[in-house]
Amino acid sequence: MIPTLDHYLVLSALVFCIGLAGVVMRRSLIVIYMSLELMLTASIIALAAFSRFNQSLDGQVLVFFIITVAAAEVAVGLAIIVALFRQRKTSHTDEIAWLKF
Amino acid sequence: MESFVSSLVFWVFATGLVAFSVLTVAGRSPVSSAMSLVATMIFVGGILITLQAYFLGMMQVMVYAGAVMVLFLFIIMLLNLDQESVRKKAWVKALSGVALCGGLFWILLGGLGLGQSRPLPPVPQGSDIRDLGRLLFTEYLLPFELTAVLLLVAIVGVILLCHQVRDRAAKKGGA
Repeated sequence: MIPTLDHYLVLSALVFCIGLAGVVMRRSLIVIYMSLELMLTASIIALAAFSRFNQSLDGQVLVFFIITVAAAEVAVGLAIIVALFRQRKTSHTDEIAWLKF
Repeated sequence: MESFVSSLVFWVFATGLVAFSVLTVAGRSPVSSAMSLVATMIFVGGILITLQAYFLGMMQVMVYAGAVMVLFLFIIMLLNLDQESVRKKAWVKALSGVALCGGLFWILLGGLGLGQSRPLPPVPQGSDIRDLGRLLFTEYLLPFELTAVLLLVAIVGVILLCHQVRDRAAKKGGA
């Protein structure tokens, strides 16, 4: 079966939902962050597939920007995790609940 | 024959991608999650290459599997993270999480408009990295330049975030 647009979109949706499951179910901040990366990556697949489908390179340019922004985001997010760990000696979401009402 | 090979490549990469993303989410220790994420990113690079986005595939592998994952592993080892503790009523929470994400997947499938037989058209001649670069430096020049600003801001922000404690310690030591 030759892959069509549908295959790529379903694959993207599946990876996105797996990533969301990780964000919802895991409690280690680092693993939650990795799952977020997974969700971003799923969007990359969808964008690249649409770009190919529409025979336009605009989608690929957007993917380029997503990769760049994700790299910057990872750096800042991990720095926040390190700062949090220094302050509170934990990276478990159960123990980081001071803003909880 | 050629189409058979290309579809086989797609299925191999797709299966590997889904399997390793499940492993990333389900892995017990952060290090195994991170290693699964490396594999996931490599498979995503392969998927992008089956879409004939060669440059993006290579970028994906280099940026994610190279730079980002090293950063993740570095942080895991710096913080000396160990396994998560098993929480109470883990089954109930896992089931509700899976149900939530399965529901979202169902909604997404409904919104995709599947079954319309949308084959991917062949890539037009001369559509390669040169055109991508031209587009990036003409039509998308302003966002491209703003990306540079964003990276600079990220660098400054990271340094600011991670140097606070050390500064305080240095002041204490000096006084």
